[in-house]
Amino acid sequence: MFAYIVRRLIYAVPILIGVNLLTFILFFIVNSPDDMARSQLGEKYVTAAAIENWKIENGYDKPLFHNAEAGGFYAYTDTIFYTKSMRLFAFDFGRSESGRDITADVSQRMWPSVALALPTFVTGIWVNICVALMVVMFRGTKLDRWAVLVFVSLMSISYLFYIIGGQYMVAKLWRLVPISGFNPTADAWKFLILPVVVGVVAGIGAGARWYRTLFIEEASQDYVRTARAKGLSEIRILFRHILPNALIPILTGVVVLIPTLFMGSLLMESFFGIPGLGSYMLDAIRSQDFAIVRSMVFIGSVLYIIGLILTDISYTWADPRVRLN
Amino acid sequence: MIKARATTAILAVLLLNACSDSTFNSPHPAETDDRTTYYSSFTLPPKHLDPALSYATDESVIIDQIYESPLGYHFLKRPYELEPLAAESLPEITYLDEAGETITDENAHVAYTRYTIRLKKDLRYQPHPAFALGEGGESLYVFADANESSAYQTIADFPEAGSRQAVANDFVYQVKRLADPKNKSPLLGFMGQYIVGLKEFSKVVGDIERDGWLNLDEFEMSGLQVIDDRTFTITIHNRYPQFVYWLAMHFFAPIAPEIDRFYKNPGFKDKNLTLDWHPVGTGAFMMTRNDPNSEIVLERNPNYRTELYPSSGSPGDLEAGFLADAGQPLPLIDRAVFRLEKELLPRWTKFLQGYYDRSGETHSNTRGVFDQAFVVGPEGLELSKDMQSHGLTIAKDVKPSMYYYGFNMRDPVVGGYTEERRKLRRALSLAFDVEDYVNIFYKGNAVAAQSPVPPGIPGQLEGREGINTYIYDWEDDKPKRKSLDLARSLLSEAGYPNGRNRDTGEPLKLFIDVQSQAISNAQMDWIRRKMSDLGVQVEYRPADWNRTREKLLTGNTQIYSHGWLADYPDPENFLFLLFGPESPLVCNCDGANNSSYENPEFDAKFSEMRAMDEGPARDALIAELIEMWRRDNVWLFSYHPLEFYLNNRWVYNHKRHGISKRTLQYLRIDPEDRTAMQLAWNEPVIWPVVGGFAGFIALLFPAVRAYRRRQKMTISPAATTED
Amino acid sequence: MDTVKIVVLWSDLLIYLLAASLTLFFWNMRGNPITAARWRQVFGTRLGMATFVVLGAYIMIALLDSLHFRLALEEDPGQKSDQVYFDNQVVSVLDLALGDMATEHERTYSAPFALQSFEKVNMKNADGVSYRDFPRLEHAGAHLADPADRGSDLVLQSLIGLAKGGVLALIFVGMQWFFLRGSTLPWRAAWTTQAVIICFAAWLIHIGNLYHVLGTDQAGNDVLYKSIKGVRTGVLLGTLATLVMLPIAVSLGIAAGYFKGWVDDVVQYLYTTLSSIPGILLIAASVLLFQVYIDLNPEFFEIGLEKADARFIALCFILGVTSWATLCRLMRAETLKISQLEYVQAAHAFGVSHFRIITRHILPNVVHIILITFVLDFSALVLAEAVLSYIGVGIDPAMASWGNMINTARSELSREPAIWWTLSGAFFFMFSLVLSANLFSDLVRDAFDPRTGLEGAA
Repeated sequence: MFAYIVRRLIYAVPILIGVNLLTFILFFIVNSPDDMARSQLGEKYVTAAAIENWKIENGYDKPLFHNAEAGGFYAYTDTIFYTKSMRLFAFDFGRSESGRDITADVSQRMWPSVALALPTFVTGIWVNICVALMVVMFRGTKLDRWAVLVFVSLMSISYLFYIIGGQYMVAKLWRLVPISGFNPTADAWKFLILPVVVGVVAGIGAGARWYRTLFIEEASQDYVRTARAKGLSEIRILFRHILPNALIPILTGVVVLIPTLFMGSLLMESFFGIPGLGSYMLDAIRSQDFAIVRSMVFIGSVLYIIGLILTDISYTWADPRVRLN
Repeated sequence: MIKARATTAILAVLLLNACSDSTFNSPHPAETDDRTTYYSSFTLPPKHLDPALSYATDESVIIDQIYESPLGYHFLKRPYELEPLAAESLPEITYLDEAGETITDENAHVAYTRYTIRLKKDLRYQPHPAFALGEGGESLYVFADANESSAYQTIADFPEAGSRQAVANDFVYQVKRLADPKNKSPLLGFMGQYIVGLKEFSKVVGDIERDGWLNLDEFEMSGLQVIDDRTFTITIHNRYPQFVYWLAMHFFAPIAPEIDRFYKNPGFKDKNLTLDWHPVGTGAFMMTRNDPNSEIVLERNPNYRTELYPSSGSPGDLEAGFLADAGQPLPLIDRAVFRLEKELLPRWTKFLQGYYDRSGETHSNTRGVFDQAFVVGPEGLELSKDMQSHGLTIAKDVKPSMYYYGFNMRDPVVGGYTEERRKLRRALSLAFDVEDYVNIFYKGNAVAAQSPVPPGIPGQLEGREGINTYIYDWEDDKPKRKSLDLARSLLSEAGYPNGRNRDTGEPLKLFIDVQSQAISNAQMDWIRRKMSDLGVQVEYRPADWNRTREKLLTGNTQIYSHGWLADYPDPENFLFLLFGPESPLVCNCDGANNSSYENPEFDAKFSEMRAMDEGPARDALIAELIEMWRRDNVWLFSYHPLEFYLNNRWVYNHKRHGISKRTLQYLRIDPEDRTAMQLAWNEPVIWPVVGGFAGFIALLFPAVRAYRRRQKMTISPAATTED
Repeated sequence: MDTVKIVVLWSDLLIYLLAASLTLFFWNMRGNPITAARWRQVFGTRLGMATFVVLGAYIMIALLDSLHFRLALEEDPGQKSDQVYFDNQVVSVLDLALGDMATEHERTYSAPFALQSFEKVNMKNADGVSYRDFPRLEHAGAHLADPADRGSDLVLQSLIGLAKGGVLALIFVGMQWFFLRGSTLPWRAAWTTQAVIICFAAWLIHIGNLYHVLGTDQAGNDVLYKSIKGVRTGVLLGTLATLVMLPIAVSLGIAAGYFKGWVDDVVQYLYTTLSSIPGILLIAASVLLFQVYIDLNPEFFEIGLEKADARFIALCFILGVTSWATLCRLMRAETLKISQLEYVQAAHAFGVSHFRIITRHILPNVVHIILITFVLDFSALVLAEAVLSYIGVGIDPAMASWGNMINTARSELSREPAIWWTLSGAFFFMFSLVLSANLFSDLVRDAFDPRTGLEGAA
C-alpha cells in the first residue's frame, strides 16, 4: 500500500510539470510581462522605466525558457519558467502581481471555502440519498416516474437561476438571512445557511436521480428478492440491505471530490460574498493575475491527483478483493 | 424522521430570531461597546496604500483619512478652496533667478520658484511599533535577519508602540521616497520635470544596490531643504502655479524614516508587513485592520490634534444642516468599517436594509441599480416612493472629470485639420445625441460637455456664453442640440452625402475602439443606431484595458473611448489633454493627448497659460483654447458625470467634496436612529418557511399512506413481477 | 447576387456540415437491424417523440439562423462606379421569418405587453407646459386607436395568430398523417407536439410584431427577439463543442487502447494532465488567449459578427478540449476490451492491417459510446455557457446568448421595481431546450447502453 502511494506520487510529478508548462504558455501569450506591469502600476503617468523596474523587481526580466547568456545548467534555471514554476513544487507560491503573499492568502481563504463546501457536500449527499430512497420505495409506480421527471426538470435549470432566485427571494424579499458576506466567528452559520440550502437544492435533481439508479440496480439483485420473500418490510429491506450495498459505489464515486472541496465554489462564493478560494480564483481571472491563477491551477491539480489516489484506496477498503500493486 | 426534526429546529431558530430584538439578517457582528461605527463598503481591494504609490480614488478613500499632506481643501467651501492642513499656513512663494537670488521685479525671468512650508506644531503620528523605543532610547524593532523577527506575524503582535511629532524632515523624506525608483511612484517622471534635483537624486539612489533599508536621509536633493523642525522648502523649476495643488495630495504626506526602516526589516515583506498594506500617518484615523479579502477598519487616532468642525461654508450649507456641528472637535465618529462588497445586488440591498450607511464611496450610480431609485429630471431629483419613505438624503458629487470618445487626429479618414474634416467630425458629433445617451444609460446623471473643462472649474462659463455654438443653439434658456438635418448637410459638404463617399458610393465606416468592460452591448447598439441615422456604419473593436492602452500609445485607432479624472480643480489639468507634446506619438511616453491633437497655436497659448497666475488675462486665453477645441471638434462626444450618493437618514454632514476624499472625519452618525430603523426595515417574512414546512408535511401523509398500501400489496404476486 | 451578399460564418459551415454528416450517418444506419431496433425503442415512446420534436424545433431555428447574408445598400445617386455596397449588419433567414421584431426599437426598458415606456421623460402638452410622464411606446400597440382597447385587442390578435398557426399545423400534420398512416410508432404524440409548437410560434410571431411579448431591454431591443436569437448560440455550442473534440478523442482513445505500450502511456499522460487542471481556469485562460489574438489581428475580420463568431468557435474548441478526457478514457477502455475479442485476434493473425482492423472492427463497436456522449454532453454544454458568460469568458457580448442575458439580468433584478423579463425569457428558452435534451438523452442512453456507467456524481 505504502509503496503504491509513493509510486503514484512520483507518477504525479510529470503530470504537474505538464500542467505548469501548459498554464505558463497560455498565460504568457495572453499577458506579457509588460502588460502585467502596466496593469499593476495604475493608469496615470506610467513610464517605460517604471515598467522595466517592475519587471526586474518581480523577476520577469529574464528569458522565458532558455537563457543563452547564462551558461550550462543555468541556461534553463535562470529563466522565468524555471523560477516561477519550479518553486511551486515546494508549495512556495510567491507573490501575486499586486504584491500579496499567495501562500498566506490561500491558507486564509481556504477555510471559508471549506466552511461552505463541506456542509453543502455532506448535506447534499444525505438529502439526495433520502430523496432517492423515498422514490425507490415507490419504484415502478406512477409516483416514481413523476419523481424522475421532476429530477430531470430540476437538473435542467441552470445553477445561476438557483443562486439568483434563492438570493433574491430568501434574502431580499423575505429578509430571512444576510444577503451576502461572511464572518469567521461563531455566527458564520447565518451567512452559510442560504448558500448551503441553495447548493443542496440545486444538486437534488442530478444527485437524487443518480442515487435512484444505483438503488434500483441494487434492488434487482437476487438477495433483495430473497429478503422480500422472507417477508421483510420494505423499509427494512431498503435500510438493511439495499443502502449498505449501494453505499460502496457512492463512496468510491464521491471520494475523488473531497480534496477539491478546498477549492471552493466559484459561483457560490462570488454571489454570496464569501472570501474563499473560489472567489479568489474568479478575481484572479478577471484581473488576469497570472501568479494567482498559476498557483491555483497547481493546487487544483495536486488536489485532483490526491483525490484519485484516495479513490483507489477507498476501493480496497470497500471491497477487500481489490489489491493495489 | 430525522429530517423533520432538523427542519423544526431551523424553523424554531428563525422564529426565535424573528421575535428577538436584534435583526437576524444583519451582516455585521453585534457591537460590543458604545463607540459609534460607520459602515461602508469597497468594491475592489485597494492595491496600494503607500502614499508614494497610491493613485486611485478607491485607495484615497482609505488613506486620505490617515495621511495628511501639507495642504488640504476646505470641506464645505465651493469653488474648491485650498487651506493649510499639516502646514500652519499656505506656503510662502518666492521667485528666484538663475543664480538663486530672490526676484523682486515682476517682469524678470523666473528660473526657480521656492515654496516655504511651515508645519503645525501639534502634528503627531498615530501609535505604532516603528516608534517604540527601548530604555536607552533606541528603536525596539530593528532586526538583523528574518529569524529574529519570526515571532511577529502581524502589526498586532508587537507589544510596544510609540509615537512622536511629525517634523519637517519627514516631509522631505517622503519627497525623496517619491524620487527613489525602487518605490515605483507614479509621480516620479512627472515631478522630475519640476522639483529641482529630483532627477539626479533618482539616478544616484536608483543605482545603489541594496538589501533592506536604504536611509534616504544620507542623500541630498538640491530642491529640498530643512530649515528647522517645523519648516522646509521645496524648489521647482520655472513657474508652475498649479504646484500648490500637488501639495494637497497624499504624495506629499510625511513618512518618518523610522517607519520606512521598520517595514524594510528583513522578512517583513513575506508576511505582508509593508507600508503598502499598513499605513502610518498623522490624520484623524488610523488603520487597525486590513484584510483585503473581507474588511478594512479605521479607528480614531488617539494622538490626533484638536481640529474643529468648520464654522463657515458655502451658501446653502446652513440650511442643509452642514454647519450644525460647527466648532465640534473632529472626528465625529470613532470607527469606520469598510467591507468588501463586489456584487451590486448585495450592496444595494444592504444599504436599503440599513446595514450600510451610504450607498457607496467612490462609484455612486453610474450604470447600475441605484438609477432606479431616482431620476434626474428638470426639477432636480425625483426619488422613488419607496426611497422617500426611508427618509434617504442625497449627496451630489461633481467630480472634475469627464468621459469622452476622441477622434484620432492623425487618422486618414476622420483626422486632419481641413475644413472638410472638421465638418465631418462635427456632423458625427451632432448625430451623437449625448443628452439622450446620458438619459438612457446614466439616468440623466451627467451633463453633456460644452468644453473640455467641467462646470464648476474656472474657465467653463455658465449659461449662454458657455455653450458650444457649433453643436448647440440657445433656446428656452438652455442649450439645444442643432438639428440632424444640419448634420446631414455637413456630412454631405464633407464629401459623404447620405453617409456615402461622394466618388465611390462606399458607405462611411467608423471603427470605434471600446474597452470591453466599460461599455455594454446596449450602449454599442444605441451608438450604432444613431450613426445609421446619418447612413454611417459602425464597427467596434472591443479590447481590455491593456490592449486599448497599447492602441492609444501606438496611435492605432480611429475613435477611442477614454475618461479623465483631474488631479486638481484647474483648467490646465483638462486642457493639457490637447497639448501637442503630450501626444503619445510625439513624446513616446504615456502621454495624455490621446487624440494626438497637434495645433501649434494651441500649444503656444497653452504653454503661456500654464505659467500664468489666475486672473482675467488667463481666462481670456483659456476661452481661446476652448474655442479651438470646439472648432476642430477633436472629440466625438464628451460628458461630465454627476454623481449622486444616497445616505440613510441617520447620516449627517454628508456633503461630498469633488476632489478631496478626506471627509470621513466630518461625518456624523445617529446610532440610536440607525438601530431603530434597522429593526423596522428588516421584519422577516416567515410565511414561506411555515408554508414550505406545512407543504412538506402535507406531502408526507399521502406518501406514508401510499407506502402502507403498497406494503400490503407485496403479498399479491402481481407486485413482485416488476423486478 | 446584387441585392444580397451571402455571409458564411465558420460556425454556419460547421453546423451544416454536422447536419449533413448526421443525416448521412442515420441513412447508413438504416441497413443495420440492431441499430434500427434501438432507435425504434427510443421513438417507440411518446416521450421520445415529443422531446425529439421539441429538439427538432430548436435545431430548425438554429439552422435557419445560420443562413446569413447582408443586404445591399441602395445605389447612391452621385456614385460614379457600379460597385454595390452592403450593409454591415448581418441578417439571417430567421430574421425574415420573425418580421419586424428585430428593428422595432423602443427608447429604453418597457414591460411585457406594455404600451408605455418603463421610464418617465419630459414632455410638453398642447399648451407648451412641460411635464413628466411615461411616454407611449413607438412600436408596441401602435395600431391601437385607444390604449384602453389593449385587452380586447390582445384577445383578438391572439385568436388571429392561433388561427394562422392552426391552419399551418393542420397542413403540416395532415401531410405527415397521409404518408405515415401505417406506422406503428406513436406519431400522435409527435403530431400533437408539432401542432402546439406551430400554433405557439405563429402566435408569438404575430403578437410579437404588434407588442413586445417579453418587453424590451435597456437599449429598447425586443427581449423575445434576443431570446430567440440565443437559440442558435445554445444549440451550436452544445453540438459543435462535441464535434470539434470528437476526432481527437476518438483517434487518441482508440490508438491508446489498440496499440497499448508507449502510445497508451502518452495518451494517458495527456488526458490525466488535462483533466487535472480545474476546467474553469483552463477555459478562462484559453478564451483570454484567443481574445487577445482577435484583438491583435482585426484585419482578419471584415465585420463585427465574424469576430464574435471566431471567439465562439474558439470557445467550442476549448470546451471540447476540456471534456475530451472523459470520452478518450471511455474509448480507450472499450477498445482494450474489443481488441481482446477472438475475431479481432483472428484478424491480426491473418495479417489484416491496423487501419483496417480499426475501421472495420473497432470503430463500429464504439459508435454507440460516441453517440451517448454526444447527447449527454449537449445539455451540460448549454448550461456551461451561461456560467462562463457570467465569469466573463463566455460568448462575445455582441452575440446573442442566454448567458449574456442572465448576466445583465442580474443587476436589472436589483432595480426597484425589478426588471424580471430578461431573466424570464432566458429561463424559458433555456429550460425547455435543456429539459427536452435531458429527457431525450436518457432514452437514447437506455436504448443503446442498458448498463450505464457513464454518469458521474452530481
